[in-house]
Amino acid sequence: MSSWTDSLVGFISGIAWLPDMSAGTIMVIVAVLLGLPVFTFMAVNALVAVYFERKVSAFMQDRLGPMEVGIFGFKGGKKFWGGIGQTLADAIKLLVKEDTIPKDADRPLFILGPFIIFGAAFTAFIGLPIGYGLVISDFNIGVFFISAVSSVGVIGVILAGWASNNKWSLYGAMRSAAQIISYELPLGMSLLLVVMVVGSLQFSEIVLWQEQHRWFIIHSPFTVIAFFIFMISGVAEVNRTPFDLPEAESELVAGFMTEYSGFRWALFFLSEYANMVIISLMTAIVFLGGWLSPVAGLLDMAGVPAGWYYLSGPLWGIFWIFIKVATLIFIMMWFRWTFPRMRPDQLMYTAWKVFIPFALVNIFLVGIWELIFA
Amino acid sequence: MELSDFRKAISGAHPDALAADAESQQWLEIIPEKWGEVALTLRDDKALRFDYLSCLSGYDEGVDGQLAVIYNLHSMELLQQLEIRVKLPREGGRVPSVAHIWRAADWHEREAYDMYGMTFSGHPDLRRMLLPEDWVGHPLLKDYETPEYYRGIEVEKDKRGWE
Amino acid sequence: MTVSEKSADNFGVVKAEEMVLNMGPQHPSTHGVLRLKIYTDGEIVSRIEPHLGYLHRCFEKHCEYLSYEQVIPFTDRCDYLASMANNHIYAMAVEKLMDLEVTEKVEYIRVIMVELQRIASHLMAIGTFGLDVGGITPFTYTFRDRERILDLFEYTCGARLLYNYIWVGGVSHDLPVNFVRLATEFLDYFEPQIDEYNNLLTFNKIFIERTGDVGVLPADVAINYAASGPVLRASGVKWDLRRDDPYSIYDRFDFDVIVGDGQMGTVGDCWDRYYVRVLEMRESVKILRQALAQMPTEGDVHENLPKKVRPPEGSVYFRGESPRGELGFFIASDGKSKPFRVKMRSPAFCNLSLFSEISEGWMLSDIVTILGSIDIVLGETDR
Repeated sequence: MSSWTDSLVGFISGIAWLPDMSAGTIMVIVAVLLGLPVFTFMAVNALVAVYFERKVSAFMQDRLGPMEVGIFGFKGGKKFWGGIGQTLADAIKLLVKEDTIPKDADRPLFILGPFIIFGAAFTAFIGLPIGYGLVISDFNIGVFFISAVSSVGVIGVILAGWASNNKWSLYGAMRSAAQIISYELPLGMSLLLVVMVVGSLQFSEIVLWQEQHRWFIIHSPFTVIAFFIFMISGVAEVNRTPFDLPEAESELVAGFMTEYSGFRWALFFLSEYANMVIISLMTAIVFLGGWLSPVAGLLDMAGVPAGWYYLSGPLWGIFWIFIKVATLIFIMMWFRWTFPRMRPDQLMYTAWKVFIPFALVNIFLVGIWELIFA
Repeated sequence: MELSDFRKAISGAHPDALAADAESQQWLEIIPEKWGEVALTLRDDKALRFDYLSCLSGYDEGVDGQLAVIYNLHSMELLQQLEIRVKLPREGGRVPSVAHIWRAADWHEREAYDMYGMTFSGHPDLRRMLLPEDWVGHPLLKDYETPEYYRGIEVEKDKRGWE
Repeated sequence: MTVSEKSADNFGVVKAEEMVLNMGPQHPSTHGVLRLKIYTDGEIVSRIEPHLGYLHRCFEKHCEYLSYEQVIPFTDRCDYLASMANNHIYAMAVEKLMDLEVTEKVEYIRVIMVELQRIASHLMAIGTFGLDVGGITPFTYTFRDRERILDLFEYTCGARLLYNYIWVGGVSHDLPVNFVRLATEFLDYFEPQIDEYNNLLTFNKIFIERTGDVGVLPADVAINYAASGPVLRASGVKWDLRRDDPYSIYDRFDFDVIVGDGQMGTVGDCWDRYYVRVLEMRESVKILRQALAQMPTEGDVHENLPKKVRPPEGSVYFRGESPRGELGFFIASDGKSKPFRVKMRSPAFCNLSLFSEISEGWMLSDIVTILGSIDIVLGETDR
């Protein structure tokens, strides 16, 4: 299957008036051309998601949320757009803010930390498709790649916490390391089960399988359990309530982010919201049929012949996958504004004594299920 | 039980613990040396059972008078109350700490020490409670004079609008 | 001894050092400017040393320079979440010293105000406790309802936080028109809201896991530390000054004293301390309904205001049940118009003194929970 990288490489080498370039040079150009939109996406995503989060939290808490900063400056527009410019204003504020580095901080590591976290989130977008061929690079080991890359971020967290030379940051970093490493396991195991059924680590293959059979969330009772384990572990992976111990506001002030300000802090912020998208995208692709239309699935089951009302196709695919991602993100926000926070030992208990045994047994049971029904 | 009964109970157990006090007073005055033992009796005696130290206040009778520590005791079991006063000299006054009898006294005694400067002998950790560690003097004494400066910061003495 | 010898000696001996953490005075969940010096072994807390005084405003020293009436605004600023209760108990202490009676209507107005204040204070307590445990939303819910109580206060005396409402011998203003109707409306609105908090926070599984069995305070320790109020009652001691040492007109009302029953763990855990407050709000509603119904409509609230507050020589220790527990005033008078000595026995001060006792051996996260469950107000501990 083609990907954006393949098509761009083909396109650039096909342009006659360009001088001859080595394959490496072309790859660099392609990387820049594809990296920029991803970066833009991450930035815009953070802007939108923060606005979304503020409004969601506000409505859950009987408030209005941001209402003042209108983006168009119209008097009438202000009310209608309900503070839509607030996050933009915040972004500008963050960018022009003084960049402070504590005197006793380990300077190089302090600077490096946020970039590693951001880099991990950024890299993960390479392998995530939003449609057939609508992917930067469709690895045949996509699932493995994403799991591997997203756990690199924890190094950045530890660096940031350690280099800050602040005890609260250190606590946050240590908690975060323990948490992310623990929750990698149930996360990976739930994915393993899907990989086992499909027989491929490629995301497009997984969606293709779901198109031919059924979505994984309704595949068998065990995949339902796997979905929940994956989803909850995913929330833990992105450090959101009830698993926001690394940045537990009421305990650790802001955890590993305590000493950061300005743009460096914004990088943490961008990666947090990017990680939410990554986890939601993965959940959507692996368990919720990716870019497949739910309407088509239902109509197909009812025996209705295919037609426009199936609402499927490449553009509809993008629509559906974003609907699914938005729903999952909304659920994460819903968690955050509803639940209290867990305690570190309870967090570990949930991972090691509940999720991992369940996930292990799940793999075994799905294997049996497949032997019997497939 | 009434105050006179308490007086009888205490003088029975500790004959010379009670300082001479007039009948009209609503409290019992204990001499400082005996207060530690009396406090134990007050808590443990079956008829007294003062297990709850409501309040402990330092007190300064005035520039010519003595310092005092005032204990307001309460019994959760027998629902009775008693006020004890222990008087001590202005300079170098020592009173036995009751922090091991009523642990509530721990912080209260630190506060009284902080404000009046009396020493509670046997207190586990007699430091200043509310004022900074390097504060000079004990401000609730009647002869306390507000310092001009604290760490180079001028202490304001403008009392306009107060009186 | 060379370095290599030294390391050879210590080979195999791993020394873990205690880490000293400074929590506060600027920290989101110390509820003010409390500073805790925490000795930790990893996440486990081995010892806590609270340092007070960052909000010390020399309340007791000020009192000696002010006349009795002028002290009342200062009591507002001690426990700034329960100013009405402070006003009330201080005024009653001075009245006891002066042997002054107040009219029936004044008594009712005072009880109504104090009970409203108790609800407001408990709302603050349970909201911020939710915040400490990590739930942000309950806080906004409780604040929404607290707002309505503050509106009632504003309607009555013009102030929302520091009222200076209850005076020696009376209250500063009579109740405004329609107050009874508005207060009843509020009570009708408020009672179902308690179920909402319960649904959102109290019976949340994570919340129970975080607070049940955590920071257990046995009854004898509580009494020995002179704990009072919800902290004492959560340990199973049925002790409420409103019932057991009735002052004002509390003996006329029918209400229950809530005690902790260890529903979600052990008696005296954080959950009990939290839940006692939730249930106490219901009891306050009960008292308020009775008081609003019985209150005489006629009467002058300024009738018994003394021309000059000048108590005879003597001293008094008067205590009452503030939302945080036994608030006592020791007032000594030398017959002049200024008090000779005022000592405020603040409930939060005593409750905080047992904090290090019950929080040793718990995790860092639990420290925040336990501190939140004690519900301190730094204005009151430091005075």
